[in-house]
Amino acid sequence: MIAGLVAAALVWEGYKAVGDPEGTVLFGVRVLPRADDLSMPHLWTVLQRLADPEMTGGRPVWLVVAEACLFTLGITAAGFLAGALIGLLLAAMMQRFQIIERGLLPYVILSQTVPLVALAPLIAGWGGTLMPAWATVSVIAAYLAFFPVAVGMLRGLQSPSAAGAELMRSYAAGWWRTLVKLRFPAALPYLFPALRLAGAAAVVGAVVGEISTGTRGGIGRLIIEYSREATSDPAKVYTAMLGAAVLGLLVAGLVALLELPLMRHRRHVEVVTL
Amino acid sequence: MTAVSVEGLTKIFNQGRSDEVLALSDVDLTVGDGEFVSLIGPSGCGKSTLLRLIADLIEPTTGSVTVAGKPAAQARRDQEYGIAFQQAGLFEWRTVCRNVELPLELRGVSKAERRSKAEQMLELVGLADFAGHYPGQLSGGMQQRVAIARALAVQPPLLLMDEPFGALDEMTRERLQSELLGICATTGSSVVFVTHSISEAVFLSDRVVVMSARPGRITASIEVKLPSRDEVGRQAPVYFEKITEVRQALRS
Repeated sequence: MIAGLVAAALVWEGYKAVGDPEGTVLFGVRVLPRADDLSMPHLWTVLQRLADPEMTGGRPVWLVVAEACLFTLGITAAGFLAGALIGLLLAAMMQRFQIIERGLLPYVILSQTVPLVALAPLIAGWGGTLMPAWATVSVIAAYLAFFPVAVGMLRGLQSPSAAGAELMRSYAAGWWRTLVKLRFPAALPYLFPALRLAGAAAVVGAVVGEISTGTRGGIGRLIIEYSREATSDPAKVYTAMLGAAVLGLLVAGLVALLELPLMRHRRHVEVVTL
Repeated sequence: MTAVSVEGLTKIFNQGRSDEVLALSDVDLTVGDGEFVSLIGPSGCGKSTLLRLIADLIEPTTGSVTVAGKPAAQARRDQEYGIAFQQAGLFEWRTVCRNVELPLELRGVSKAERRSKAEQMLELVGLADFAGHYPGQLSGGMQQRVAIARALAVQPPLLLMDEPFGALDEMTRERLQSELLGICATTGSSVVFVTHSISEAVFLSDRVVVMSARPGRITASIEVKLPSRDEVGRQAPVYFEKITEVRQALRS
């Protein structure tokens, strides 16, 4: 991971060193971005900006960005949990009743093709009356997060072999006990990648949701605010973007932590032959 | 009392559709208490179907199945039998011990009791040292022994086995055959054993039931009385005679 960060930094600074400050234009189309200080400030400028106050005499930028990230993290977590729960319930229902799978799955897929921008104003309207404003953003995050969980979990719940299901039947286990003892544990290898996708989707949903509902206090809003100052203070908007990137990594890391205790059996690989 | 009684059993898959298959036609079979019966026949003769009907994993089209004096569905709910398939079918996220505990867990047996029971069963199949391992760490033969231990865990009066040694090499297979006989001698279980190996059927069984395909039905029932079921038994003239008899029954 450290190596990845170093590589990204090297690519950034490397391109800045060799790239055309006006960008590379081919047949009238700019194929590579401008490399001047206004478009791509030096990394150390961005880091330095983090330490400087936001406005003259104000709090340092890193503190503002960190607070905004925490605010968005809360929204993301709420959206992620709600989305994951809804996804799990939908998957269990679709596994249980084939008719629900056939009827519902197309709409589950359709739900993700509806542009978020079209939904956001509607959901934003719930803020203040049905729920606090931040919760509307969580709803948008959940709306994006439930999808990979529903689809991945359905696949996982259907993964046990017919022999496994027959074995449970031979033990006179009903649907619920088969779900708990066989289908759910068998679905975990499908669930964790789905949760990672859901985590990323929840972050995107929270950031985009903040922007499109106009919710203040989060990192999404901060990116918009800082980007207005991009011409005079180009490094500032990158501090907010850096914050968003760190937030994404943090969520991915937290989801990965969930996996550790539950996938112990995957780590032993040495086969004993007797 | 008989362990299994099958009367006038017929099974038609996909009845009334264009892909209708008559899998079993008018099958009668009785397995006595403590008897070891093998079902043998070419693939597609319905021997696995018959086993699944006895286990109440599928429903008969006509006819009746009685296990331990009860209708098959009731016997399944009362867990009157243990079952083992060709694939060990262990749950990879459970340790060997917890796999063997599974049927006990579903019966609501207390934790301490099922732990001691599972250890006892693993002792029986010679895997006591591997209780804490995960199935992925074991070879195919060892996994199959765990599956047998799991089938035995509830100490069922009846064992149903669907080619349990089919995927194993000859040496492992012969050792497990001897182990299985030893276990049955200790527990007094009746066994219905599906196989497509003539020598395996003759060596293990008190009776070999020969089936033919399309439609599946029973064509012969051959009693086997070996002097002993060990290496001496495998060399006995009667062993070879019975193998020839079963082979001829399969051909006709």
